[in-house]
Amino acid sequence: MNRKKTLKTVFSYLRRYWGYLVLSLLLALVTVALTLYVPILTGRAVDEIIGVDNVNFSKILRIIGLIGISVAVTAFAQWGMSYFNNRLTYGMVRDIRRDAFAKISTLPLRYLDANPVGDLVSRIITDVDSFADGLLLGFTQLFTGIATILGTLGIMLALDLRIALVVVLVTPISLFVASFIAKRTYLMFQVQSATRGEQTALIDEMIGQQKIVQAFSYENKAKERFEDVNERLRASSLKATFYSSLVNPSTRFVNSLVYAGVGLAGAFAVISGGLTVGLLSSFLSYANQYTKPFNEISGVMTELQNSLVCASRVFSLIYEESESEDPQADPLPEKVSGNVSLEKVSFSYDPNRKLIEDLSLSVSPGQRIAIVGPTGCGKTTVINLLMRFYDPISGVIKVDNVDIRKIPRRSLRKNYGMVLQDTWLKSGTIRDNIVMGKPDASDEEVIAAAKASHAHSFIKRLPDGYDTVIGEEGGSLSQGQKQLLCITRVMLCLPPMLILDEATSSIDTRTEHRIQRAFAKLMEGRTSFIVAHRLSTIREADRILVMRDGRVIEQGTHSELLSKNGFYAELYRSQFAH
Amino acid sequence: MKKLLVYLKPYRWETVLAPLFKMFEAVLELIVPLVMASIIDMGIANKDSRYVLGMSGVLVALGVVGLIAAVTAQYFSAKAAVGFSAGVRKALFSHLQSLSYKETDSLGTSTMITRMTGDVNLMQTGVNMTLRLLLRSPFVVLGAMVMAFLIDPTSALIFVAVIPLLYLVVWLIMRITLPRYKGVQKQVDGVLLKTRENLSGVRVIRAFNKQDDEREEFNRINENLTGAQCRVGGISALMNPLTYVIVNLGIVVLIYVGAIRVDTGIITQGMVVALINYMSQILTELVKFANLVVTITKALAGAKRVSDVFDIQSSQCFGTRTEGEKTDEILRFDNVSVQYYSETQPALSSVNFSVKAGETVGILGGTGSGKSTLVNLIPRFYDVTQGSVLYQGADLREYDRDVLRNRMGIVPQKAVLFRGTIRDNLKWGNPDATDEELWQALRIAQAEDFVRQKERGLDEPVEQGGRNFSGGQRQRLTIARALVRKPEILILDDSASALDYATEASLRMALKELSFKPTVFIVSQRASSVRHADLILVLDDGEIVGMGTHETLISECDVYQEIYYSQFEKEETV
Repeated sequence: MNRKKTLKTVFSYLRRYWGYLVLSLLLALVTVALTLYVPILTGRAVDEIIGVDNVNFSKILRIIGLIGISVAVTAFAQWGMSYFNNRLTYGMVRDIRRDAFAKISTLPLRYLDANPVGDLVSRIITDVDSFADGLLLGFTQLFTGIATILGTLGIMLALDLRIALVVVLVTPISLFVASFIAKRTYLMFQVQSATRGEQTALIDEMIGQQKIVQAFSYENKAKERFEDVNERLRASSLKATFYSSLVNPSTRFVNSLVYAGVGLAGAFAVISGGLTVGLLSSFLSYANQYTKPFNEISGVMTELQNSLVCASRVFSLIYEESESEDPQADPLPEKVSGNVSLEKVSFSYDPNRKLIEDLSLSVSPGQRIAIVGPTGCGKTTVINLLMRFYDPISGVIKVDNVDIRKIPRRSLRKNYGMVLQDTWLKSGTIRDNIVMGKPDASDEEVIAAAKASHAHSFIKRLPDGYDTVIGEEGGSLSQGQKQLLCITRVMLCLPPMLILDEATSSIDTRTEHRIQRAFAKLMEGRTSFIVAHRLSTIREADRILVMRDGRVIEQGTHSELLSKNGFYAELYRSQFAH
Repeated sequence: MKKLLVYLKPYRWETVLAPLFKMFEAVLELIVPLVMASIIDMGIANKDSRYVLGMSGVLVALGVVGLIAAVTAQYFSAKAAVGFSAGVRKALFSHLQSLSYKETDSLGTSTMITRMTGDVNLMQTGVNMTLRLLLRSPFVVLGAMVMAFLIDPTSALIFVAVIPLLYLVVWLIMRITLPRYKGVQKQVDGVLLKTRENLSGVRVIRAFNKQDDEREEFNRINENLTGAQCRVGGISALMNPLTYVIVNLGIVVLIYVGAIRVDTGIITQGMVVALINYMSQILTELVKFANLVVTITKALAGAKRVSDVFDIQSSQCFGTRTEGEKTDEILRFDNVSVQYYSETQPALSSVNFSVKAGETVGILGGTGSGKSTLVNLIPRFYDVTQGSVLYQGADLREYDRDVLRNRMGIVPQKAVLFRGTIRDNLKWGNPDATDEELWQALRIAQAEDFVRQKERGLDEPVEQGGRNFSGGQRQRLTIARALVRKPEILILDDSASALDYATEASLRMALKELSFKPTVFIVSQRASSVRHADLILVLDDGEIVGMGTHETLISECDVYQEIYYSQFEKEETV
């Protein structure tokens, strides 16, 4: 995503809050103007304090009054500015997060499968956060910084040209020094973060796989390797930390040069009579204020660069193309019969690698279709097509003789019950997870479903039964228990068609046996597609699809396929016989 | 938490010198307004340009010396902070390695990693900033006050009023906001959880048509987060205006009091300018100080978490025994029970059996039946809660840790390899193994063929976690790794699950032919994997419900029958 488009998007999000922005900028101007005005007032007051019996009290009181008012107004303006900036930034960020999240639910699976979860999460959370930080800093410091520099310069030029020139001449040194150090520091930080990455990778391996480290008495070797990286990290961090900490003293040094210069030039000006002591005092306080924004602005610029990069990562997610629109009308009857047909379906994830070609299949209501093949042969591709997670490249899939592209996805999916091997549970209670497909289910229904899927006995033993809160990704539940919950979920809503992904190894044999019976009960009278690993399932299927390298290479019943003596027969012998 | 200060000890000079140099620099900064005051009072009043020139020279000199002092201080503090964190990391790494399974299980891997990286970094920044600023900021503030007293004690009383008031304001705002920032962080975690969940569960969510519900819930927590951020931001935003008002009130009062005292001839005009300068300096330092408090709070929280980890002691003590009794009974479980402290049911209860050297033991049972717990006791990854495990006639707890573990070859459930080469990984088993021994181990583990096919053979690189190998290949490599050490006891913890039946059968045959005749434990869910063992233990809910050979169990043990026949279907006929 290019910079121009990123900026354009930022502005489009900003539009809703332009009122806040205008107010914030106005208040920033007020703040800067008054902050610059106060030293002038102070200087004038000092000019009225000349010596013994030479003090103009009434003027001083008037000036003090002015200072008081200015300070009070400045304080309000400062607070208001922060307030509006907060509103503006956090509001924008909320909108961006909301849109990014909403995007997740409409993105095609093709996109979501191709991008690691960690990467997408970090865009919506970390990147949005960095963007917010950069933005907030930008609004609060960049604008006031620039305004302060220009304002100070203007006032100094107006007050006394000669002294102002001294300041203007010394300023570039400050900028030069800061950028010199920043460049060096950047290199050192790169070395530091590379070494840090190396160390984290080592920690990740050695601590993450501690059991193996201990089993093989590898502790000392691990320690040696760690200490080597640790030492290198220490050296590189020292350099990075030290160099980056030089910016502050150096600019302060330049600052003190400015201060001395103003003092010298100012004193001569006073002696020669062109300047008052009060004005000199104002100048001195400007000299102090003037260089500070330079440091801040260079920091803010890097921060803003970074935050734009982050923003572009979120925006490119938001601008990603959504799934095709759903049709408005729903041609499916309330209760579908479960007639599924595939007509010359072709599909591939990668245009250069053909997967499914010209697959035709007609399934009558209540039939069972087993999909078999070695791991990684693309059995789940069929699930992806049936559920319309992906659309075929050519050919048609029909349910009850309706092209599924003419059915709203919501309605199509409602008619399928799906249990994947990759169990997924949301954080919440056990009950929340079971009622996903039927939110208004009664307790009795939930328990009946859990009993039918043999999950009731373990749920009952949990500390809070059905109200037990399970953490992220099922938390403390075993793989087998998670699988049982996923089955219960389908058991509760009993849709007319099923998609089952049989577990290979995560559930122990006895439980698997029970699940098998539960599955059998579930499948009675329902059209079912089963990614099958168990021989009994396969043999009882009305049709077997044999897949290899993503392609359906054989089709038929168990005995038909065996007599064919092809790939299925070979697979059958190697997997199930000794 | 004080214990962590030990790691600062090697840098005691740096820790003392850094703040000293910083304070020296501050002293110089405090002199500046005095010099300026004398320029005004002496130079300008007497129209003495040489004096003005000289004093300006003094200002530049002060700047130069200040720069040198500051750079020195930065170097010392960076050195101390970086050295400190390196020391903590090193100690933490050894400490974590010394913990037993029981402790690391309850800590969790990701926690341990964040302690070592994020938290230690927070501490490093904390030490660095503390050394630079903790003394400097209050010193400048107090110094400004002292200077004010030197100029004019009466005017200085204004400082006495302003300074505590400023600190009070800073303290109050910090006190209110810091806990709220923690709350905000929690809300961010909630948003993160919801996002991740929706991505990882996208298929299920769409299958159940829950997109709208999820979006609503996300909007709700997102809204809450924004609200919390705005609220805490609003309070933080008070800091600048309030301190600005207080300092400027001080200046206003200074002008008025100064005017009276100049009028009566007690102080001069230059002195008033100096006093105002000092008051402004306080404001700058205070802002730095407030930032410092935030950094220190974060660092202390990190330090607390790190020192909590240091406080965890390994629950295991090891003995010194290197040799067992002369007995052909290599292992005996004597009334062994194990109870994990987070659970109510024991993981194993009253387990009794004994094994002779060279025997093969099969352990069969469902998930959660206690199979892994049982074999994890043998290398003492966990300890028994009751009873004892005897190795060669002596309690396991009497043995030296390395002696014990070096005699065992373990193939864990999860096949994990490490970054490096195949050779590096195999040598974990025995660093002195020759290539010939490595190939031999690969041959037995049925891994020789695919390693030979690799372009670089034993030097083929292995990526993190071994992800450039298939599950079955990884499993065979981990078996080879255990074989390289020619263990007395070989433990295969469900470690052939990714192998097809034929490969597993060849593996079992090859293990029988091993020249060093290990005692083998095979944990499995497949009856076929343990069928030929000399002794089969059938576990159910942590108890042994059957023990013997296949022949006896198939006629006597219900659970064995159930498991066997449910899988036997697969094996009947072709």
